[in-house]
Amino acid sequence: MSKVAEIFETLDYGLAPEAPGPALDWLKANGGKFGHFIDGGFTKPGKTFASINPANGEKLAEISDGTKADVDKAVKAARAAFKDWSQLSGFERAKYLYAIARQIQRESRLFAVLETLDNGKPIRESRDADIPLVARHFYHHAGWAQHIDKAFPDHVPYGVCGQIIPWNFPLLMLAWKIAPALAAGNTVVLKPAEFTSLTALLFAQICARIGLPKGVVNIVTGAGETGEAIVNHPDIDKIAFTGSTEVGKIIRRATAGSGKGLSLELGGKSPFVVFDDADLDSAVEGLVDAIWFNQGQVCCAGSRLLIQESVEEKFIAKVKARMATLRVGDPLDKSIDIGAMVDPVQVARVQDLLKQGAKEGGTVYAPDGTMPEKGCFLRPTLVTGISPAHILASEEIFGPVLVAMSFRTPEEAVALANNTRYGLAASVWTENINLALDLAPKIKAGVVWINSTNQFDAAVGFGGYRESGFGREGGREGMAAYLKPSWEKALKATPVLKLATPISDPVSAGIDRTAKLYIGGKQARPDSGYARAIHGADGRLVGEVGEGNRKDIRNAVEAARGALGWGAKTAHLRSQILYYLGENLDYRKAEFAERLRALTGASANAAKREVDLSVERLFAFAGWADKYDGAVHNPPARMLAAGIVEPIGVLAIAAPDEMPLLGAISLLAPAIAMGNTVVLVPSDPHPLAITDFYQVMETSDVPGGVVNIVTGPKRELSKTLAEHDGVDGIWFAGSLEDSAMIEAASAGNVKQSWTTRGLGYDWSDKAIMESDYLLARATQIKNVWIPYGA
Amino acid sequence: MSLKIVDTPKEAARHKRNPGYPLDLDWVGQVRMNRSALERRAGTIGARRSVKKEHQLAWLLKAVALMDLTTLNSDDTPGRVERLCAKARNPIRPDLVEALGVKHLGITPAAVCVYHNFVATAVEALDGTGIPVAAVSTAFPHGLTPLDIRLAEIKASVADGAQEIDIVIERGMVLNGDWQGLYEQVRAMREACGDAHIKTILGTGELATLTNVAKASLVCMLAGADFIKTSTGKEKVNATLPTSLAMVRMIRWFYQETGIEIGYKPAGGIAKAKDALTYMALMKEELGRGWLEPHLFRFGASSLLTDIERQIEHGLTGHYAADYRMAMA
Repeated sequence: MSKVAEIFETLDYGLAPEAPGPALDWLKANGGKFGHFIDGGFTKPGKTFASINPANGEKLAEISDGTKADVDKAVKAARAAFKDWSQLSGFERAKYLYAIARQIQRESRLFAVLETLDNGKPIRESRDADIPLVARHFYHHAGWAQHIDKAFPDHVPYGVCGQIIPWNFPLLMLAWKIAPALAAGNTVVLKPAEFTSLTALLFAQICARIGLPKGVVNIVTGAGETGEAIVNHPDIDKIAFTGSTEVGKIIRRATAGSGKGLSLELGGKSPFVVFDDADLDSAVEGLVDAIWFNQGQVCCAGSRLLIQESVEEKFIAKVKARMATLRVGDPLDKSIDIGAMVDPVQVARVQDLLKQGAKEGGTVYAPDGTMPEKGCFLRPTLVTGISPAHILASEEIFGPVLVAMSFRTPEEAVALANNTRYGLAASVWTENINLALDLAPKIKAGVVWINSTNQFDAAVGFGGYRESGFGREGGREGMAAYLKPSWEKALKATPVLKLATPISDPVSAGIDRTAKLYIGGKQARPDSGYARAIHGADGRLVGEVGEGNRKDIRNAVEAARGALGWGAKTAHLRSQILYYLGENLDYRKAEFAERLRALTGASANAAKREVDLSVERLFAFAGWADKYDGAVHNPPARMLAAGIVEPIGVLAIAAPDEMPLLGAISLLAPAIAMGNTVVLVPSDPHPLAITDFYQVMETSDVPGGVVNIVTGPKRELSKTLAEHDGVDGIWFAGSLEDSAMIEAASAGNVKQSWTTRGLGYDWSDKAIMESDYLLARATQIKNVWIPYGA
Repeated sequence: MSLKIVDTPKEAARHKRNPGYPLDLDWVGQVRMNRSALERRAGTIGARRSVKKEHQLAWLLKAVALMDLTTLNSDDTPGRVERLCAKARNPIRPDLVEALGVKHLGITPAAVCVYHNFVATAVEALDGTGIPVAAVSTAFPHGLTPLDIRLAEIKASVADGAQEIDIVIERGMVLNGDWQGLYEQVRAMREACGDAHIKTILGTGELATLTNVAKASLVCMLAGADFIKTSTGKEKVNATLPTSLAMVRMIRWFYQETGIEIGYKPAGGIAKAKDALTYMALMKEELGRGWLEPHLFRFGASSLLTDIERQIEHGLTGHYAADYRMAMA
């Protein structure tokens, strides 16, 4: 029988390999050995390591292991290039980005094949997803480069950006880092992951080919130590990292107090929620895109299936049937669904986790089917019989492993979805738009896909909540991560506050009064049972405040968490309450001014001005509350991507020592205007300016727990707050040393932090303090993708 | 007139005809089709599965065997139909069949599909080939004549020797959610067909939503359809991949619930060999290899055959082929 006649019966797919020839030729043409790309040219290869094709274990090339000296050289080149590059007109920079996009398209097949050889991902994905998204990213950011002055007035680039990217989407992650950085006028030193440097090196050649000015893009290859040299480099102004949460935390600690900008895109354990009224077959296909895309090595992989119990059995049967038709094999074959894992070490890690999961009682299912004899391949795997308490439900597996759990009600679905320390992405499947849009804001994740999954676009921000990191990539918010207000660069160190020597004069003028703490809408005695004396500018005792300790902080955070419903109240209501606060403070302004004079020794005019400005500040943010909102983006698909502005959650605020009323209110007002609940530690020397304020809050209908005030040692209380896992963000006004301590302590749950680092922010400067500067820091953007079609 | 009994493939012989089931409106109510997600899946299926070289040649040959070679034009004449039947006897140029080494397979299209008036002509022209004649019926393409006339039309075509009847449903019944009415009509048509197999044409391009398409598919299957078919070829939008996905998933669901295999026939607009391969991949992925047989899958096509012949010649020789060198249908 002829071969054709045979296939006529079997109707097998056969092989459909993409030829690796051109990519291998390119490697050969470069001697199979690469140096770093620094200052517009390649260095001589130094000590090298092998880059391996994980599909067959064969060596592709030798890559240089970047040393501290290499990083120094690259940073120096980037620094030298910065001035000219940042001063180019937006149009000039746009032309370079446009040229890069064109070249990516021109070399798209070479890039795709090289990526697949190096990473192991199916050619279908590198060809149809990775590389087109890379080109799109550069096109999109060419536009930003040109419009930056109009879109971000009075902003400047950071300077030299150190960028460290992972191995799962090598060139795409490079694009996400380099495109916005360059558009904003920064220069970069980028380190690709040690497993997958090849497309970055081809990209470097493109930079040279289009005549990108020397030093604007520098690429230093290497492993962890090279990355460390970048993170710790004193002449780098911003670090952008995508990778594991573990390393993200190390970077947060390492950069604490350095003043380096920081954005972190970290791990995830994203829920994939399926309701009984979903198009179940389509949801199954969504799962394929969620967890069996890129072998599951995706930070936002939908790795936790949450299925409504009423359709659980039916749905799991459908998933298993679909798994059986997934084809695992040579990533260069066009008809392969699942390619190779990036490295044997990842295969071993996944297998180890699966063993632990099975030991805990999980039922592991993987379909039969042919597997390649060698290479880093894993079968698609489903684990059922899993609960949140199991390791497979909590740990990011980063492989083709789906775990399934069931829920009964929408409320339970939300609770399970949020029962994780991560918060990168979520998918919600239902044909009921009311239900879908009810869940979207309740799930703590930076991206929510309705009836879809793993959608990405340059115009739509991507990034996480919680331990999935902070900062966004893509869209307007992604650009903002590479710019800072020009005034920030001009800040000088705060003058040291002159405090009077306390006079021990036990005689008080009036009735003895100790201001208590304010927790959950009630005045509360400090746990310590101690009070601290507060002396005025003349050294005399003005009053006493409670000596708060860590238990009071614990109680205050409990109260603040209990009040998180504040963020779901209407913006109009929050606005009304802020206006009311302003109104009531204004009513008592003489008394507050008097108190400020006594505390700080301010002149009558200065004290009056501080109170007046405080009232004005409350009004300013009352006005902002219902105006600082989101946008609807236009990804190139039939979908809306709604960028929704959400509060951070529980925000800890340590107010500045100076201007004890205005400073605190400047921070408090934007925080609560945006729906955060707050634990406030007032000015260390002058806390009475704020303890008086809780009476104003009580008369202004501020719901209990929205603002909590704990007086006492600011540094220690702030440290407890920074370390508290129930606190989602921290703002600290204080010395450089204390700011560094706070930033390092905030790494525990990767909370967003903003510190003054001993710099003299001018609380009375309306242009700054009434702007959206703090609003942006009080919020995080969630992008909700909503496809449509009858 | 007597019909010649021809060799039936084993799968087809084991195949159990759809006996029809009571209308289950709860089931109809459970149907959900998300257009965006279906489009995404449909859009990637061609990219996820590609067949090359000998595999492509074999798949293209299979496409010929799955074809309802069709002429449905107002200017059809007996002469035109005879020409079509002649092509059906020798669908692929003999030198190509020879070179592929598949002469022994005796590949022909699955059926020839004509208007009622040409059934007798076609039956005669195909005598001895075993190729069944399919007739479009029930006031094709609109379906809007008195029901008794439509039923009589079916019976007339069966009497003339049609072994397959492609009926059209009243699209308005779907748009108005008159599932009971639709069910009863199709049921009556199924009865009128007798031993002839019934393909129900939904006119998907006029059903507005994919949920409607899916629900109409289910109601037709409950009423006893042997095949569900997308289009008459006369609507503005004919067969599409997302529509096909919605329909084949209903076939899968029906099979899971009843154990009965229903055939699928996309029709209209499938003119290129590459399209045919994508449809076949969709069938194989969603329903499995077993559904790639003529008793369960058909292309309604006219110009597709020539394009397949050209691709076969190209695959064999490496030269691009010209349509005028293939026999006209």
